[in-house]
Amino acid sequence: MFRPILALMQKEFLALMKDKKSRFTIVIPPIVQLLVFGYAATYDLTYVPLAVYDEDRSAASRELIARFTGSPNFQEVARITRQDQIAPLIDRKEVLVLVHIHPQFSRDLFTGDSGKVQVIVDGRNSNTAMIALGYVRSIVTRFNLEWTETHGGPTPPARLETRAWYNPNLESRWFIVPGIVGLLTLVVTMLVTALSVAREREQGTFDQLLVTPMRPVEILLGKALPGFIIGAGEATVIILLTVFWFQVPLRGDILLLYIGLFLFLMSAIGVGLMISSLSVTQQQGLLGAFMFLVPAIILSGFTTPIANMPTVVQKITLLNPLRYFMVVIRGVFLENAPLHLYLQQFWPMAVIGIVCLALAGWLFRHRIH
Amino acid sequence: MNRKEAPEKRKPSTRGGSLMRLRGLVRKEFLQIMRDPSSIAIAFLMPVSLLLLFGYGVSLDAKHVPIAIVVESPSRDTAGFTGAFEQSKYFDTEHYDTMRAAKQALRNHRVDGIVRLRSDFAQKLQSGATAPIQVILNGVDANSARLVTGYVEGVWSGWLSDRARQQGRTLEMPVEVEQRIWFNSEVRSRNFLVPGLIAVIMTLIGALLTAMVMAREWERGTMEALMVTPVHIREVILGKLIPYFVMGMGGLALSVLMALYLFEVPLRGSPWVLTAASALFLLVALGMGLLISIAARSQFVAGQTAIIVTFLPAFLLSGFLFDIQSMPVVVQGITHAIAARYYVAILQTVFLAGDVFSVIWPNALALLVMAAFFLGVSRLKARKRLD
Repeated sequence: MFRPILALMQKEFLALMKDKKSRFTIVIPPIVQLLVFGYAATYDLTYVPLAVYDEDRSAASRELIARFTGSPNFQEVARITRQDQIAPLIDRKEVLVLVHIHPQFSRDLFTGDSGKVQVIVDGRNSNTAMIALGYVRSIVTRFNLEWTETHGGPTPPARLETRAWYNPNLESRWFIVPGIVGLLTLVVTMLVTALSVAREREQGTFDQLLVTPMRPVEILLGKALPGFIIGAGEATVIILLTVFWFQVPLRGDILLLYIGLFLFLMSAIGVGLMISSLSVTQQQGLLGAFMFLVPAIILSGFTTPIANMPTVVQKITLLNPLRYFMVVIRGVFLENAPLHLYLQQFWPMAVIGIVCLALAGWLFRHRIH
Repeated sequence: MNRKEAPEKRKPSTRGGSLMRLRGLVRKEFLQIMRDPSSIAIAFLMPVSLLLLFGYGVSLDAKHVPIAIVVESPSRDTAGFTGAFEQSKYFDTEHYDTMRAAKQALRNHRVDGIVRLRSDFAQKLQSGATAPIQVILNGVDANSARLVTGYVEGVWSGWLSDRARQQGRTLEMPVEVEQRIWFNSEVRSRNFLVPGLIAVIMTLIGALLTAMVMAREWERGTMEALMVTPVHIREVILGKLIPYFVMGMGGLALSVLMALYLFEVPLRGSPWVLTAASALFLLVALGMGLLISIAARSQFVAGQTAIIVTFLPAFLLSGFLFDIQSMPVVVQGITHAIAARYYVAILQTVFLAGDVFSVIWPNALALLVMAAFFLGVSRLKARKRLD
């Protein structure tokens, strides 16, 4: 039984790796993309262009402004003197945040009223806007605390002591980069599997394969194993880069990560081969690959939490293998999560994998046009 | 693939003959589209299904965040505070008796955070000392954790001012921030996500429609058949471009209609600017697909390349989700090669802010340059192989 499978595997590897362009496409871009995306994909803002409109021009207002200009997140790019200068600056995206200090600011501050500061934010990307506003608020909160300490005033009767587990500095890179491991592993397996049967069908060589004494199971294994080997290899390189290049802490058991990776590869290859054996042309295979890849990534919890989705969409995500793998990767990397949390992710991936692989094998023979 | 020498140089043809040949090519392409319905699926089914899924599915606005509340010695004061959490639409509260149980729930992902009032909370509150409230969040998803921190602070400050009012005082902070969020005052994340998704989806449609078409002709040998006819390579490329451009614009119109009427994203700019910019972007996306198709020669490699260069770059590097200005300089440089970057900037401005030409012109110009580049290089590369 093994000889024919090995021969088919060898042929699949040749088909993938013989062509220089194909070899390049499978090996280089995922690694380059990890480096680029790893740096690009962060919600933390390091450059918020800021404009200041100070109508008060007092020592107090200057002190407040200094907190903004001294912050690593803000960069003052304009200082304006008239109301009508505000709109063009924001419309043209020259500034994201405008801090407007009212003329009575310092008078109110000293008489015990609240000093009013108006903050205008460009809300075209409302997520960025909210993050920038968060920075503004934390600057003002600290200013308030220090002001009451030095100048007296009512202190709040209770205060929050907030702490974040697993990621104390709330670095979004720690969340995103392990996610990219899952993303790129999925892309690589799609590259290897989604077009493989479709190409043979289009070229007619699949019919030849079917009339050989090989059983569908053997064909399936021969088609699936190269994807496994390439996917596991690239995933390993990407995991190493995540740990040693991006220095994301790896706190859990690497064995659990690899069990998860194994099951994830099985399910992804299953889906890829199923798409491929459903397609009559490579164009259809490519369409199928995208129709799976894009929703799988966007609805995986990679950037936007699944908990925020409406119930129907949350139900749909249960079919998405990447969703489970994301929990495993982040569990192993950041949380060192309890074992049963992994088990809850393992079995759905196994079920998806087995069902899709079986379907793909069945389709080999039953979808002949 | 065997490459045959092209026949001897063709003589330039008359304009009328060229138009006729072009019409023939376009007709042939349409017939082929009809035969394999996957192109129709790409142009119309894909935008509708993806936009439906994402428009409803993708949201950054957290609601009903499950949170554990641990009150070590309940009293009227603690009830007032926990009541504020129970009434908030952002939280679903769950009471735990011990911190141990609450931490266990946090570890098992049953809750996203813990709010703990220690046994001396009421006493400290009454005595006038500042009573600490312990908040622990699951920080794995830093963005959500920061959002939840904001919600917790909102509940806390609401409770503080309610309490002050009940005691007949007002609670004045030294500095008060009055925030204005322009263009999206209710902070609906859908308003910026849907235009961004249109850019991502159009990138896919454009590239998918054309990525296979030239490679297919070469792979099947029909390109050589085309070569022996008096058809000019310019006409072959135009013949490929026109049908898919028409289909792509149809898909785009569908997406915009869905954005406006289903997702109720406001369109504050003019529809003409939107159409012109979209047509330009579609040319870039189709041109990119065409270049992939011509450079790859086989459908297999073309398909692989399309998967690699379209979706993830448009998704992560276009500024649709992640702020470009906060990326490292080198990565910012790379984003300039991503056409979706310019289109996202135009879309978000035209939809939410209006016709701000100082944003639109530079981005439209960049798209124009990219369209010229992709189509020009496609033309050059295709000719090289014919000669």
